[in-house]
Amino acid sequence: MFPLNIETQLGHIWLNVFYVVIGFGFGFALERAGFGNARVLAAQFYLRDMRVLKVMFTAIVTAMLLVFWGSQLGIVDYRALFINPTHLWPGIVGGVIFGAGFVVGGYCPGTAIVSMATLKLDGALFIVGLALGMFVFGETVEHFRAFWDSSGFLGEVTLMDWLGLSTGVVVLAVVAMALAMFWAAEKVERYFASRTRQDP
Amino acid sequence: MSEKSYTYMNPYAAGIFLGVVLFASFALFGHGLGASGSVAIATGVATDAIAPGHVEGNAYLVNLVRQQDNPLDNWLVFEIIGVILGGLVSGALGGRVRKETFHGPRIDDKKRLLLAVLGGAVAGFGVRMSRGCTSSQALSGGAVLSAGSWAFMFSVFAGAYMTAYFVRKQWY
Repeated sequence: MFPLNIETQLGHIWLNVFYVVIGFGFGFALERAGFGNARVLAAQFYLRDMRVLKVMFTAIVTAMLLVFWGSQLGIVDYRALFINPTHLWPGIVGGVIFGAGFVVGGYCPGTAIVSMATLKLDGALFIVGLALGMFVFGETVEHFRAFWDSSGFLGEVTLMDWLGLSTGVVVLAVVAMALAMFWAAEKVERYFASRTRQDP
Repeated sequence: MSEKSYTYMNPYAAGIFLGVVLFASFALFGHGLGASGSVAIATGVATDAIAPGHVEGNAYLVNLVRQQDNPLDNWLVFEIIGVILGGLVSGALGGRVRKETFHGPRIDDKKRLLLAVLGGAVAGFGVRMSRGCTSSQALSGGAVLSAGSWAFMFSVFAGAYMTAYFVRKQWY
């Protein structure tokens, strides 16, 4: 039955070994996808290359389906998994700020680490910036503590709870939405490719 | 940077690969992937080394540094060691490990690096506000259908699209 409990079964050292292994797969996948390159990432926001959307939503759908099928078969305990608690407003405000930083800086935290690992200077300096921003957040959070702690706080709510739909319906809707976005992404890319060819 | 042959994996194949790794994380540990947390821990440890005692006054960093005897004995740190190794090996296999700075033809390295620090700082503030980044919120929370993670994900795209116009000279 998943998730496993590696710490009690094998010990703390082995748990950390597994974390390094999973991290290796994560970093390898990000670099293969082209996400160690800020130009590839930024292209998403100018509609030139929709890789970010394609990779992200394919990954989400893949993992979601594996969790869903696993729990249907009784080998994954969905309720034992960590479901990020919903702090709606800090999540939305933080997300917009984060998105702005993403296109200005060219990376997000994971991709910047992969970029730095392949000796990209902009990736390394993005991480320096991240550290500065986090420090400033810690220094100032007391001024908006109530907002950060409790604005739109709903606990561990899922899309199923929120929309009042069954898990199967939500899973199907997410897959349908992803496929529609992939279709649109391919159209947008073809449109821009034909436009740039006409340029002198 | 001239247009070199940066050929990457098919995005859908890369997405399936990433999704399987993400699922493996849930199956092994009960939670998804993380990236920004390791930078937060590093920030706390560095602050504590440079200005001893200062973290006590930093409402966010203090929890990271004082929670246990050794703040570096944290899964986020081990996972990031793996991320660095995995990125390095993939980059080496693709012939992409070299010192360079990515930007468009209309700005120089120095300006790009300034914007990288600035954007990083903005993202670092935002990521603490939202309690997670594209890895821990969008990918991981998205896959287990957390409502807040989906709201975060669409907000990230919204923020990036709203800002893109103002920094277009950096990229094209």
